[in-house]
Amino acid sequence: MSSASSLSWFVRHEVRLAWREWIAMLTGGRRGRKRAALIGLVAFAALMHLPAYAVIGRFAGLEMPLDKSSLIVMTATLALAWALMLSQAIESVTRVFYARADLDLIMSSPVRLANIFSVRIAAIALSVTSMALLFSTPFVDVLVFAGGARWFAAFGVVIAIGLSAAAAAIAVTLILFRVIGPSRTRLVAQILAAIVGAGFVIALQVAAILSYGTLSRFAVLTSDVAADFAPNADSLIWWPARAVLGDSEALLLLLAGSLVMLGAVMTIFSPRFADTAIGVSASGTSSRAGLRAGPFRRASRQQALRRKEFLLLRRDPWLMSQSLMQLLYLVPPALLLWRSFSDSSAAIMLVTPVMVMAAGQLAGGLAWLTISGEDAADLVATAPLPPASVIRAKIEVVLIAIAAIFAPLVAALAFASLMQAVVTALGVIIATVSATAIQLWFRVQARRSQFRRRQTSSRIATFAEAFSSIGWAATSALALAVPVAALLSGLMTSVVMAATWRISPRKG
Amino acid sequence: MTRSEAALEVRGLTKRFDRLAVDALDLSVRRGEFYALLGPNGAGKTTTLRMVAGLLLPDAGSVHVAGIDALADPVAAKQVMAWVSDEPMIYDKLTPLEYLEFIAGLWGIDAASAESSAHELLASLGLESHLHERCEGFSKGMRQKVALAGALVHAPQLIILDEPLTGLDALSARHVKGLLQARVRAGCTVIMTTHILEVAERMADRIGVIAAGRLIAEGTLDELRQRDGRNDTLEDMFIALVDEAAAA
Repeated sequence: MSSASSLSWFVRHEVRLAWREWIAMLTGGRRGRKRAALIGLVAFAALMHLPAYAVIGRFAGLEMPLDKSSLIVMTATLALAWALMLSQAIESVTRVFYARADLDLIMSSPVRLANIFSVRIAAIALSVTSMALLFSTPFVDVLVFAGGARWFAAFGVVIAIGLSAAAAAIAVTLILFRVIGPSRTRLVAQILAAIVGAGFVIALQVAAILSYGTLSRFAVLTSDVAADFAPNADSLIWWPARAVLGDSEALLLLLAGSLVMLGAVMTIFSPRFADTAIGVSASGTSSRAGLRAGPFRRASRQQALRRKEFLLLRRDPWLMSQSLMQLLYLVPPALLLWRSFSDSSAAIMLVTPVMVMAAGQLAGGLAWLTISGEDAADLVATAPLPPASVIRAKIEVVLIAIAAIFAPLVAALAFASLMQAVVTALGVIIATVSATAIQLWFRVQARRSQFRRRQTSSRIATFAEAFSSIGWAATSALALAVPVAALLSGLMTSVVMAATWRISPRKG
Repeated sequence: MTRSEAALEVRGLTKRFDRLAVDALDLSVRRGEFYALLGPNGAGKTTTLRMVAGLLLPDAGSVHVAGIDALADPVAAKQVMAWVSDEPMIYDKLTPLEYLEFIAGLWGIDAASAESSAHELLASLGLESHLHERCEGFSKGMRQKVALAGALVHAPQLIILDEPLTGLDALSARHVKGLLQARVRAGCTVIMTTHILEVAERMADRIGVIAAGRLIAEGTLDELRQRDGRNDTLEDMFIALVDEAAAA
């Protein structure tokens, strides 16, 4: 086979794999669901046009020249999109290296590895960009319908953002491999992805809190200070915003720039891709030395189970990065709380729903890892203790972990407002119990490494978990502001929970 | 053999999935016996052993482990039993010592004696230089040895092993076989499935052959030869028995 034909064969292979992975993600890996999943996706995309209209519809009339505040808001929004895509791309690149499904096969084949890995880099860029296009389509559609065809240029900007984010992610990850080695890169890359994804929004919120005592990031972006610091209207920095508004010259330069960036990354890093992959496989065969353990500790069976779960949670890089992200999201409300000691701002009320929501989400992840993600399911099942005791120990681990994270924040809140602290504590407890219960009702036997796929294994559980966290967060906030409305919101969330239980496979 | 003399007594054990996997199986294994359960792929060996270990509920039948009714009192039965499958059941993020400490805790074994037993077991399996390394980088053989150490650390009366030698190199396989024989000499009962017939031939006190969910032959190697009427190898006898069962 010639080099060119082997390359086109590999392109086809990569596209087929990406397509099947995408379909598996939509269908939860179940055959015969393809049609239903595609219909669901189209319906979801159609439905997304409503919130997209609510968020972006009022901006459809924007035209050049824009004032500085609008340019800043638009550029910051694009920067946020780039940061989120970079985060997603870092995660994808790390996965390609560590899921060694076909790397051994590829590297033992008689083809030029630099070419093959160029294709793989392009495939990563393509998948990141496709995902970005998918999510941005409702927003761009709204702009096109309401503001005219010139908004089609926004698709070009999304492509440019996707390609450049993928290129940057590949460069960052491969540099990490060189600098800190393959064994540490996985954890660092996942944490980096979490920080990059959440960091931008959080930084803006922190700036807004410190300057204006509000959680709204727009307060900073639309301020006079920001306008004073911003460069002139002809600066390069506004090109993405101009391109979105239909400036074809800016759009072409942006697309060309991102393609050059991706090409440079492919040229520089493709030959090193193989070395990195070999490095990862070598790190897989050498074991990581742990701390020298002390003597065996006396423990009841439940204590042994809890200790094992805590040890595994502590050593789970994915959970660490996810928890870090959750904790990062708690930084702005915590800061707001701190400010409220000196300033009786009503904005402190926002702390409660953020904490309740974060507790529900974190509890859902922890509950999946402890209840469903059991790597030695047979071992635990053959242990001499009743299944109910095993489940109880695992639930206790989730509750203890959530309590350890949120109790200090609730205690701090009590100094600002005792009533709010009580409501927040109740909200955190109910959201945690609800998320844990959903994971219990929908538990499956899985390996911990499948954690990132947990959303696809049961769509109902995923949506129920999200609705319950949002519902309890809203109920807690309303309990402080409009108690009667909280009753209604609490009732609605309880109905969601009851309906989830009714359709769960484990009821009764 | 009375129920109290048997390490394992199975009567009328039945399990159906889309087809009948285990068909009213009767099986008795004496205390201190090394019993090899042989059979072609899909014969029902693993299903049988999973029901004995409490991992699957039978549709019908009874299971007694060391005189304990395993269906009526599964916790008591599990206390005296260990299960090792061909896929090692270990945690990547734990070290072998942490794993054994966890198992000792689950089985309620005294911490001090479990610790000395853990060190002894891991050393005898050639893992003494890996005690403090996480299992994530271990080879299949090393993982299997850790799983086996886990099964032995709580000193079970009955050890059930499903293809325990899969993926082990010759030296590791010898270590494992030596360890199992030592346990049998100490009065422990071992039930093992294997496709390596030489292992069954050399190690087993008695051999059972299962096909289509039924026990089609059982006995010592000599008894099986007498039944066969020829001085065949176990491999020849096994193939003849399975062919006979398939034709019936």
